[in-house]
Amino acid sequence: MKKKLTHPEQLEKWKKKVISRRNAYDKVIVISSGTCGQARGSLPLIEAVKDELQRRGLEERIGIEITGCHGFCELEPNLIIYPRGIFYKNLGVEDVPKIIENSILKDKVIQSLIYEDPRSGRRISLQKDIPFYRKQLRLLTENNFRVDPTRIETYIAVDGYQALAKAIFDMTSEEVIREIKASGLRGRGGAGFPTGLKWEICRNSNSEIKYIICNADEGDPGAYMDRSLLEGNPHSVIEGMIIGAYAIGAKEGFIYVRTEYPLAVKHVLKALEDAREYGLLGSNILGSEFNFDLHVVEGAGAFVSGEETSLMASIEGRRAFPRQRPPFPAQEGLWGKPTNINNVETWANVPLIINRGAEWYSQIGTKGSKGTKIFSLVGKINNTGLVEVPMGIKLREIIYDIGGGIKDKKRFKAIQTGGPSGGCIPAEKLDLPVDYDSLSEAGSIMGSGGMIVMDEETCMVNVALYFLQFTQDESCGKCVPCRMGTKQMAEILAKITRGEGEEEDLGILEDLAKTVKSASLCGLGQTAPNPVLTTLRYFRKEYEAHIREKACPALQCKELIVYYILPEKCVGCLLCLKNCPVNAISGERKKPHFIDQEICIKCGSCLEVCPPKVAAVKKFTGRKKEKIIKGAYRGRAKS
Amino acid sequence: MRAETIEEIIKDFRREQRELIHILHRIQSNYGYIPSESIKKIANHLKITESEIFGVLTFYKAFNLKERGNHLVTVCLGTACHVRGAMQIVEEMKRKLKIEVGETTPDKKITLETVNCLGCCAIGPVVVVDGRYHSHVSLKKIDAILKNYRHSE
Repeated sequence: MKKKLTHPEQLEKWKKKVISRRNAYDKVIVISSGTCGQARGSLPLIEAVKDELQRRGLEERIGIEITGCHGFCELEPNLIIYPRGIFYKNLGVEDVPKIIENSILKDKVIQSLIYEDPRSGRRISLQKDIPFYRKQLRLLTENNFRVDPTRIETYIAVDGYQALAKAIFDMTSEEVIREIKASGLRGRGGAGFPTGLKWEICRNSNSEIKYIICNADEGDPGAYMDRSLLEGNPHSVIEGMIIGAYAIGAKEGFIYVRTEYPLAVKHVLKALEDAREYGLLGSNILGSEFNFDLHVVEGAGAFVSGEETSLMASIEGRRAFPRQRPPFPAQEGLWGKPTNINNVETWANVPLIINRGAEWYSQIGTKGSKGTKIFSLVGKINNTGLVEVPMGIKLREIIYDIGGGIKDKKRFKAIQTGGPSGGCIPAEKLDLPVDYDSLSEAGSIMGSGGMIVMDEETCMVNVALYFLQFTQDESCGKCVPCRMGTKQMAEILAKITRGEGEEEDLGILEDLAKTVKSASLCGLGQTAPNPVLTTLRYFRKEYEAHIREKACPALQCKELIVYYILPEKCVGCLLCLKNCPVNAISGERKKPHFIDQEICIKCGSCLEVCPPKVAAVKKFTGRKKEKIIKGAYRGRAKS
Repeated sequence: MRAETIEEIIKDFRREQRELIHILHRIQSNYGYIPSESIKKIANHLKITESEIFGVLTFYKAFNLKERGNHLVTVCLGTACHVRGAMQIVEEMKRKLKIEVGETTPDKKITLETVNCLGCCAIGPVVVVDGRYHSHVSLKKIDAILKNYRHSE
């Protein structure tokens, strides 16, 4: 079959071909192999499955599909056996022969390899029944189960590029924009600007040359949904961009990807090559009069490149400095030409809206926030992974129903949304609906979708310090409020975590935060104080404990804690003594050990190696810590 | 692996400033750093000043002017890794290798670096050695991770 498509109907032929080939198999094994999967050993697993099928002469009867990430990162590497959808988790190569024997040749489910729900203890064999997936609304991520990102035919098989054909052949560019506007889609990169309106402004700008850009510089630490989309389903983003180019009138576009995402870069480059070969990029797309091409630009490790004007400077081969807006990119962007920039997830929504219509799309979500949003649910949570949910879902539902609650039965303390530009939302706000407006009312932002769950062992002053050090480090230095303000705030926070904070420091922090917020040039500086402001608003007591009692209630700030071996619990196993890197621990076998506080560097090795059933190592802060240092506990240790 | 000379790399690119970051990436991945003599050669090719190139390459973290060790150990400091104890991992790495972040061991075997987020937040703390990802790293696992590289070439 000739690859170059010169007519939209040829898409349908390819689709039928792939599906009939797939249907010819008795069973299909789908193995997830995104970055997380590969880190946990998906590549040897794939080889083992292939070898085993070959050894048993099953290659003709059993298909294998290698896909991107399936979202439930905690269970990597995993595989699904279709048509039933049996889900096996955390696999090693040694599991392969028994999977083939029991579940491929026969129809038996191997109980030890299926998912066990940590809350109910129930074993669940089918992927669709796992609570983590059941509560989600996977519109953008569902195809990560079906698409092999390196084979464009598998995307065409799930109706890929049908939206493009519809847009080019059945709709005018005005109609496409009208549809996107009516859908209520807002930018998924963080700020939430209405996408259709953005397109319209760019379209109406007077210029022969226009550009479009996909912002895949997903720099927010803790967010990786864009990586997953680009790795697992790059064609959905590319299709969205071609439709956007058609609507806006652009002939050339760029995908700006972080260099920290090597697999995403690789898959996008392959996808572009395939799309060109199939006549979906380049001249006369699908046999129409429309021409458009896309290039990949790899970032180089600067967080500020995620800001749109900085990103354009970076594509032009300059330092990623932001500049004053207006003029907005839609008026004067890349090389001075009108430019439309959208985030990865925003582009991926476009084919969906064109295919299924704005009316359908706008029924999902809340009044001001339509559609779904992908969040990366990470930190101290049982089910870590990527979750796609309708806008307006409550935080509580995400954390408990999908996320399965807090790890190790600890207490929930806060959830951090929006990365370094966002804030920490406390337990009292768990019933907050997740949409652009409610999150911003709570002092945080939607951001690109990172959700980092924090428990009682997370120190909120330390979290604020972490983010301020981050923004200080990443501040490009162009404007003074951001460059100096973040540095000053980070220094004060560091002082507080060392126990050297003074009463007036909190007031100074608030003043600085206001100045940096209102006077910085770009979004990086304008939002940098948010982590400080929200932790001050919701966790002021924790700051006060650091300042007044010189205590860290979460037992995290090194200078404010001591490690201590409880003599009544210590069994004298010598484990901590052997593992202490600075030989601060003394003691004999079967006798309680003792930490010399003057030598101890508080690395935490002793706590990590002490067997859980003994649990003799404990951390103390505040007055008890002082007592231990003075040796008030020592007498008991020796007796 | 020094198959390509700097001249061979540069001549593949058009004489436009937009190629600068692409050129630097190619040199960095071939040499492991940007040899200072390459700056003049790029400047001649792109017809821009050396100071402009120096400005760009020092602005971005992906490029460095110092030669690195045979193996690159990168500790992720993303938020998810941070709340799971990434700082302790860095401290322990520094102590074990007896170098600071950004430095190379005197025997030129290992360079230690940190990165702001690799986007594998679910499997943190993450340490990457020469592109190989190690997940759920704890203090106990560090020796095992370093062992393979400290004595190898």
